[in-house]
Amino acid sequence: MSATVPVRVTVNGASHHLDVEPRRLLVHALREELGLTGTHVGCDTSSCGACTVHLDGRAVKSCTVLAVQCDGREVMTIEGLGSTDDLHPMQEAFWEHHGLQCGYCTPGMIMAGVDLLNRTPQPSESEIRHAIEGNLCRCTGYHNIVKAIQAASGQQTEATSQARDEVQA
Amino acid sequence: MTATEAAPNGAALHVGRSLKRKEDPRLITGRARYVDDMSLPGLLHAAIVRSPEAHARIVSIDASAALARDDVEMVLTGEDMADLQSPLPCAWVPPGTEVANPPHWPLARGVVNHVGDAVALVVGTDRYAVVDAAEDVLVEYETLPAIVDPKAALAEGAPLVHEDLGSNKAYEFSLGGGDVEAGLAEADVVVQREIVNHRISGAPIEPRGVIADYRAGSLTIHSSTQVPHFLRLFLSLMLGMSEERIRAVAPEVGGGFGAKLQIYGEEALLAYASRRLQRPIKWIETRSEHMQVSHHGRDQIATCRMGARSDGTITAFHVQITADLGAYLMLLTPVIPVLGAFVMGGCYAIPNVRTDITGVFTNKMATDAIRGAGRPEATHMVEVMIDQLASELGMSPPAIRRRNFIPKESFPAEVATGVIYDSGDYHGSLDKLMGKLDVEAFKREQAELRERGIYRGIGLSTYTEICGLAPSRIVGPSGLGLQTGLWESAMVRVHISGAVTVYSGASPHGQGLDTSFAQIVADRLGVDPEVIEVIHGDTGTGPQGLGTYGSRSLSVGGEAIARATAKVAEKAKAIVAHELEAAAQDIEVSGDRFSVKGSPDRGMSLAEVAGAAYIPENLPEGMEPGLEETTFYDPENFVFPFGAHAAIVDVDAATGKVTVARYIAIDDCGPAVNPMIIDGQIHGGITHAIGQALYERVHYDDDGQLVTGTFVDYSLPSAAEVPMFETDRTETPSPSNSLGVKGVGEAGTIGASAAVTNAVIDAIRPLGVTFMNMPLTPVRVWEAIEEAKGGVPA
Repeated sequence: MSATVPVRVTVNGASHHLDVEPRRLLVHALREELGLTGTHVGCDTSSCGACTVHLDGRAVKSCTVLAVQCDGREVMTIEGLGSTDDLHPMQEAFWEHHGLQCGYCTPGMIMAGVDLLNRTPQPSESEIRHAIEGNLCRCTGYHNIVKAIQAASGQQTEATSQARDEVQA
Repeated sequence: MTATEAAPNGAALHVGRSLKRKEDPRLITGRARYVDDMSLPGLLHAAIVRSPEAHARIVSIDASAALARDDVEMVLTGEDMADLQSPLPCAWVPPGTEVANPPHWPLARGVVNHVGDAVALVVGTDRYAVVDAAEDVLVEYETLPAIVDPKAALAEGAPLVHEDLGSNKAYEFSLGGGDVEAGLAEADVVVQREIVNHRISGAPIEPRGVIADYRAGSLTIHSSTQVPHFLRLFLSLMLGMSEERIRAVAPEVGGGFGAKLQIYGEEALLAYASRRLQRPIKWIETRSEHMQVSHHGRDQIATCRMGARSDGTITAFHVQITADLGAYLMLLTPVIPVLGAFVMGGCYAIPNVRTDITGVFTNKMATDAIRGAGRPEATHMVEVMIDQLASELGMSPPAIRRRNFIPKESFPAEVATGVIYDSGDYHGSLDKLMGKLDVEAFKREQAELRERGIYRGIGLSTYTEICGLAPSRIVGPSGLGLQTGLWESAMVRVHISGAVTVYSGASPHGQGLDTSFAQIVADRLGVDPEVIEVIHGDTGTGPQGLGTYGSRSLSVGGEAIARATAKVAEKAKAIVAHELEAAAQDIEVSGDRFSVKGSPDRGMSLAEVAGAAYIPENLPEGMEPGLEETTFYDPENFVFPFGAHAAIVDVDAATGKVTVARYIAIDDCGPAVNPMIIDGQIHGGITHAIGQALYERVHYDDDGQLVTGTFVDYSLPSAAEVPMFETDRTETPSPSNSLGVKGVGEAGTIGASAAVTNAVIDAIRPLGVTFMNMPLTPVRVWEAIEEAKGGVPA
């Protein structure tokens, strides 16, 4: 193993000291050093976005960032966004609108969605689609992901889950 | 029968509703546990040395530099594993048909047969280090000629993938009925086309992964698989271990799409190496590995002939398929085209239908089941051909379909291929679809767009599929020849508190079946789905089972659960009747109680019943204590979902770029258990097929090098490439199971590629293009337009 480099990084509000190989990817540091396995790896070409986290408040693909580049910076992962007892509105919207199936792309997709709304609070459908085109999903056909992001932005969208049955009843 | 009536006593509170999924809280918060999220004390990591050659003899393997590293524990080669009891399995041994099946070992023995073929396993203490060490393993190859084109592979003197077989032909198989030549002779018009259904990847976003942990004579293997029970059985055969010593677990699985319906070499390798080292070992597939060595799908070249009378009545359909099997037969490789052949007649009353299949070895990765597995290919053939025929006859696509649909009154309908379609209302779904198309608006927009060089077209696909795999007597060893039964099992356990655990032999991996199953059980026991836990994918805790694939888990696995639940409810009713001194037949589930018909105040909750069952002070004479039941269910027939899809596409004539402007899908999977989940399955299925039709292609060059080895070269559709989908349903119950359900996991993929292809052809027909094969990428569409103009494309 090559020599390690000390890194001081804040992750989900907590400060950590890590000693990492210079080549260590942020995603591996998060998953293996810090046990934050909600951030996933789906490819090796920075194409799929399953590893999307926020670095200093902006979405990045953590497979394309070295852990050493994060020295002195702040990272937020899906675990920091909300918990089952205290869901972030974007998480709530993905659940309500069936924006996920196997769930593997979901943490990255949610982090990308939050990043979009931070920049563009009321995006159009087209803006949403282009904002998440670096995040691949094989299950949903994106339909309900787009709806979930629309709903999280407070825009009207057709009901997806049981609310729809109640409307129809 | 409707979904509501499907539950006993009209008590459906949950079936038929779009309940939010029970699975989601862990998934949206990053708390789910996929294989790569797990670790064990003393865990080692593995990397695999793979062949860069499509076909070569292994001259030597020098692992000394790798072994010299401090962080490497072991390097294994094919020779080191001579004591493996059997090669990787192929489960199709059809009676009366010769199928050449060369041995397929987890590590190559002497010869590599495709790029990515595994040559050596490196095991070490650090994940990055084993990748470094794998690069230190020096393999000397003597290149052999590679054969890549399946038709060329059949020619005299072609290089042989497996020298000792003497031929690249793996098998020939025919399925059909009637007399296609006589039927074609009767026709006024015969249309012939070569339809190419190119090779695609399953590409779930979670790559595969394995953790094998052999200790004290027992093996626990966690694998990202759709078939943990098959995995246990085949590992027991390969490793020579008794089956009860193996526990196979599919934890959270991040999508499968057929790519994880397989027994892979890496699963056997990790188990073998863990037994050798007595240490747990993890291997996680990279995406590049996935593109190389997770089995591919499709890859069929078909010569199709469809004949019809001048009034549009189809007289015969004959299909000759050359199926590119790749280098080895994996679990279901050779039987995939056969699954399609069952429904080669589509939704049409065609008296003469025959499919002749020739399976061919090439120096490529094996093909096997990918979402739809044979049926997307068949649907694509029949649906593209019927449009070609309509064009030849000057009929409209809806008119020729209506002329030939099997009428609603005919069901159950035996078709020429010998299967009995259980249910259908094809006019109904096409009528509903046409009602949503605003043809006048379409024409107006088409004219407006044309002025800007955009050609708008519309394409239909009316499909039926065969799923709910499968009646064992039809597909088993003496039937179609699969060396297994295809039943499913379930156990429903009511705890003393009245909470319920359901164990299913299905192995869902994103389909939301925890929720759908809980809805079925909830209505039958008068409890909330919240207090029903569904456990699956673990051979150590659950009942036996056969996994999730072939749109089987609701119609076979769900039916098994419904039946086990019915047994529990029967026992509960007997207990309630005894306690309340009423007749058991007078007890019904009403709301959250088992109560006496007509006297809703006289009743017991499930928790009260469970209390009586587990503290057996006052049970009916002879009744065993406890409240749990197990069921095995083998279906009598397949189920046949169907639907009508329309795609509206825009083609930019200057660039060949295709945009899907609108997509409308009417699907019939029987009564909906959870409409929201059904819509989601349809959305994803359509997108998978749009991917194949417009973007995705696993491409090997003439030397057998994989050109599309990453997500940069292999283009999954992104959100920017698909529209919002317009979905609706008809509900024609299946008579094959008590739920009336038919499965929906593959429907979108089966229906959609033909709709998109027909739409593109419709769009550019004014430019002189009358036929095209997928993938309809910009360059191929542009070339077709230029060729039709008489120009020679660059």
